Formats: sequence, C-alpha cells, structure tokens
Amino acid sequence: MSAQVLTYVFVGLTFGLYIAIAIWSRSGSTQEFYVAGGHVHPVANGAATAADWMSAASYLSMAGIIAFEGADGARYLMGWTGGYVLLALCLAPYLRKFAKFTVPDFVGDRYYSQTARVVAVLCVIFISFTYIAGQMRGVGIVFSRFLEVEIEMGVIIGMGIVFFYAVLGGMKGITYTQVAQYCVLIFAYLVPAIYISLMLTNVPLPMLGFGATVSDGSGMFLLEKLDGLTEELGMAAFTEGRKSTVDMFFITAALMAGTAGLPHVIVRFFTVPKVRDARISAGYALIFIALLYTTAPAVAAFARLNIIDSLNEASYAELPDWFGKWEDSGLLAWTDKNNDGRLQYRGGPALSPTKPVFTDDRGQQGQRLVSNLQTDNANELYIDRDIIVLAHPEIAQLPNWVVALVAAGGLAAALSTAAGLLLVISSAISHDLLRNTLAKNLTDAQELRWARIAAALAIFVAGLFGIYPPGFVAEVVAFAFGLAAASFFPVILLGIFSTRMNKEAAIAGMLSGLTLTAGYIVFFKFLAPELNQAEYWWFGISPEGIGTLGMLLNFAVSAVVMRLTPAPPAAVQEMVRSIRIPKKVN
Amino acid sequence: MDSDNKEQALKAQNAYWRANVTTLLCLLAVWFVVSFGCGILWVDTLNQFSFFGWKLGFWFSQQGAIYAFVVLIFVYVWRMNALDRRFNVEEDV
Repeated sequence: MSAQVLTYVFVGLTFGLYIAIAIWSRSGSTQEFYVAGGHVHPVANGAATAADWMSAASYLSMAGIIAFEGADGARYLMGWTGGYVLLALCLAPYLRKFAKFTVPDFVGDRYYSQTARVVAVLCVIFISFTYIAGQMRGVGIVFSRFLEVEIEMGVIIGMGIVFFYAVLGGMKGITYTQVAQYCVLIFAYLVPAIYISLMLTNVPLPMLGFGATVSDGSGMFLLEKLDGLTEELGMAAFTEGRKSTVDMFFITAALMAGTAGLPHVIVRFFTVPKVRDARISAGYALIFIALLYTTAPAVAAFARLNIIDSLNEASYAELPDWFGKWEDSGLLAWTDKNNDGRLQYRGGPALSPTKPVFTDDRGQQGQRLVSNLQTDNANELYIDRDIIVLAHPEIAQLPNWVVALVAAGGLAAALSTAAGLLLVISSAISHDLLRNTLAKNLTDAQELRWARIAAALAIFVAGLFGIYPPGFVAEVVAFAFGLAAASFFPVILLGIFSTRMNKEAAIAGMLSGLTLTAGYIVFFKFLAPELNQAEYWWFGISPEGIGTLGMLLNFAVSAVVMRLTPAPPAAVQEMVRSIRIPKKVN
Repeated sequence: MDSDNKEQALKAQNAYWRANVTTLLCLLAVWFVVSFGCGILWVDTLNQFSFFGWKLGFWFSQQGAIYAFVVLIFVYVWRMNALDRRFNVEEDV
C-alpha cells in the first residue's frame, strides 16, 4: 500500500479509538469534568501528563531544532524535563492535598483575594491560548503534508475530534484519550528512530546508538564523524555550543520554572486519589517524557548526518525523491550560487530573507526558483527545521508504514495537548470566573453546562487561531514560559513554603515579575526587533531567558513586601500547614 | 492534657516539615549540579573528557541530566514515603 493510503488507515484507526474512549468515559458531574473524579491511577496519570505536556513542538520541532543547533538544543532537553523535578518536589504533592479543581482556586484561596483569583484566571487564559494556537496549526500542517487536505480542513477535522471528547468527557474523557495518544505518539516516534539507529550504528536503542561507532567500517564514533563533517563544511561543530553560558543558564532556568508553573500540567496532579500518588505519578510522567526526550537528540544527530550525506554536492537529478516532494511544499530550496549544477550545503543562511519566496519558474535542472537575494556565504540550501521529524523516515528510506505512523503520532501529540489546554480554559471560565466570582449561586448541573459551553467556545477560538495564525505566535510561546516562570511558579511555591507569605507580597511580586518579563520581551520582539542582539541585552540574557530574571525579581519583591505588611489570617496559615501534611488533620 | 497533645502534634508536624525540606534541598542540590553544573557551567571543562562516543559535558546536557532527573523523583518518592511512615502522617485509605 502507498504511504498515503496507510496514513489514512492509521489516522482513521487512531481517531476511531479516541472517539470510542470518549463515549465510554463521559462525565456526569463537575468533579468528573474538572479532575476526572480524582480516581485516575498514577501510571495512567503519568502517561496522560506526558501526552498533555508533549506538544506539536516537542514532537515535530524539537529534534529539528537540535539537528541544526547541536549542543545549544540542550536548553530544551534539560529545561522541559528538569521542570518536572521542581513540580514533583515542590508543587504537585501539596497542591493535591489542597484538593480543589484549578490553579486560580489555589491562588484565590491561598491569597484570600478575588483580585488575585481574577489575575490568575487571565494569566491562565493567556498562556493557554498562546499555546493552543500552535497545536491547532500543527494539526492542520500534519493533515496538509501527509493527507493532501487543505490546512483549514485539517484544523476543522481536528476541532471536531477534540470537541467530541473534551466537551463530552471533560477531564475524564481527556485523561483516557491522552493515555491512548501517548501510546500512539511514543510508538510513532521510537519506531523510525530505532530503524535509523540500526542502519547507522547497528545499535537498536537510539539513545545509545547516538554514542556508538558508525557502521561504515571506519570505526569512527558517530558524533566524531558528524563534528568532522560539520566543521569541514564551515558550520559550527555539532557538539559545540554557540550560545553564551549566561544565556543558556537563564533560558534553561526559565523553561524549567515555566514548565512547573504551567496550569495544564499542574491540574493533571489534581486527578489522582492521594498525595503519594501525586508524587509517584510525576515520576512515571517523567519516565514517559524522557523516552522521547533522550531519543530526540539521537534523531537530530542521525538526521543531520543523513542530510549531509544525501544532499551535499549532489546534482538536482541525483537528489533523492523526497527532495522534490518537500521542495514542492516549500520546506527545502536550492539556489545554485556558483552555477556548478551541484548543491553545496555549507554554514550560514543561504537566502536573504531566510525563508524562500518561490517564483512560478523552474531552473535549468528543474529546481524551483526563488526571488530572494543570495547571501555572501557558499551555502546553497534552505532547509526548514520541521522537516527533520516529518521527512526523516523518507530520508532514511524506511518502509511506508513507518512513514504513515509519523503522521498519526504528530496528530496525537498536537490533539492531546490541545485538549488539556481547552479543559484549563473551560474550567477557568466556568469554575473560577463564574462559580467563584460572578455567579456564586450556580448549581453543579448549571456549572457543568457552562463548563461545556466554555470548552466549545474555546475550541472555536482555538480553531480560528489555527486557520488564521496570528504572526506573533512563535514570539509569544517564549512569553508563555516566561510568564509562567515569573508569575505562577514563585507565587505557588512561596504559598506552600512560607506561612508568612501574604496577599500584598503575592500581588506586588507578580506585578513586578510580569512587568519586567513582559516589558523586556515586548521591547525586543515587537518595539525594537533590530536591537535584539547580545550586545544590547541585559547581562547577555535573551528575551527567551528573561523569565528567570522576572522570577528572581518576584521572589525578591515578595520577600521584602511580606515583611512590611501584616501576616495572612490565621485560617490561611492553618490551611498552609495542613497542605504540607498528607494526613487529614482536624 | 488536651493542649499538651496539641502542642506535641504541632511539634511533630514541624519536625516532619523540617525533614521534608532537608530532603528537598539535598535532592535539588543534585538537580542543580547535574543540569546547570555539568550541562551548562562546566560543560567546556567536561567536554575534554570522553564518555563512550560522547564528550562528557555534551552527554550530561543531552542525556545524563534527564536520566538523573528521573532517578531524583523516584528517590524523593522513596524518602518521602519513609518520612510519612516515620512521622505517622500517611493518608488514611
């Protein structure tokens, strides 16, 4: 069967599975809709958390970023896993003991303030929509690349599926579909990686093959060969970083604290029965995540090697079939700068502006022509990062069923994250904004109806973002992490670890942290993008890493303000003491 | 008598919390060393050594730190469950 038919089969089967699970696990109460009744087994919650967390970015883009950045890619690998240590040790068990439904619940109760609750709701909604736009776009892209469906149609199909199980099933439906989606996505990620690892190194496990010798008989280590090739072609060696140590440090810290402060991840720990389940469940989640995260850098190294091998110095006619296919979708472009009829893959961007603008014409050899200016360097190849995961199975000439699997995995990654985010948005509106703020006399049944309406509206808005992506999405994703790091993380952490922490300190801390982070990002990303270079940054910290500084400022301001203002009410201090202890105290 | 009991319970709670925080700080120190230390601050120094087919610093930043994170969480679970039992603060089933 052709790869396309197989893709239809796999995508159809997995979608059928998700719908079946949704019908089986409908929610009947708000308790079930928000936290799946609090009965989720820790292993199931671990798998659901992993799927919830690993988005289209982790699945489709991360290996690609590492492939082209080499050592610098470590900030994502460490940042997006190290956050789970913070979450498991410092937040999850205590929030489970708190035993409510949402993050604004905790902020509002702990800081005995409706203002704090509403600010938390706004932050939750902003962070979640920022994120979800990328997921819906990811769904559309997978559909259009693999199934030759228009992006718009792809987004609408994705919306339909999520609508079905998120609106019907709430957290309960989402949890069990996420478990299934984790299985699909990890299988789809590992199978091609194992194949390629075997081909290149004879070692089946990619995380070990990555450090093994290449199987071409040279006895060279794979990374040694890759370092040699990259340097020979005038690029930075694969295992050497280019980012400054300060910047790497701050970005990694912002991603870690941001991960621990992201509401859709935190709420997953409200779904397990006990405090000890919350602890172990974070461990399972990280094992499941680590399977993908330790494979990603291996995939990155393999792909970079394969790409250099199959493209460099080839004439257009000699280029493999996949080159033409991905050139047609605009992810690859070749411009023959020295007119030797061969493709030179070298360091630096080939085109100015970097992304190719294709004309309708073809060159002498049949390549698509671009209207971009040529840059001064010798590089003739434009290559989009997303191609690494999408096209690698074809690049490595794997069987059709493996190629088809990748599409199903990408959809699972994007849909599972989108659903988790939708639930957070819906509960923020129905529970925190309506039930706890604007309409306190709602009955449980009315609240549940509102939760469903809010979820449906959120899906609609998310779909619009997917079809008409605002140009700033890529910019604001860094913002989502910075925001979570500079606001939620310190406020929740101090709320648990200090009984003295009060409303005034929390509000002053959040405001200062957010103002610094948002101001810095807005300045460098929107107001003066031409100044966005290391020499203008404070202490060499890029906007991606500024969340860490915002977080430190938040901690410092909180520490000062809480000493100058009255202690929180006795009941609140009592509540803090009680969430520190697993046992119920009267 | 009643207030004595209460005071004792409070004392036990505080001791449990101190033990909890000590455990956390030890584990977070390891967390910092394997990621920010070996993976970022000392990466160039460690890269002078090789570890199988990797440079050591590179391995820490792209593999080792992640394995260490997983181990840390499980050590934490094991230590905390032991503390819960010792201080008799386990949740009722």
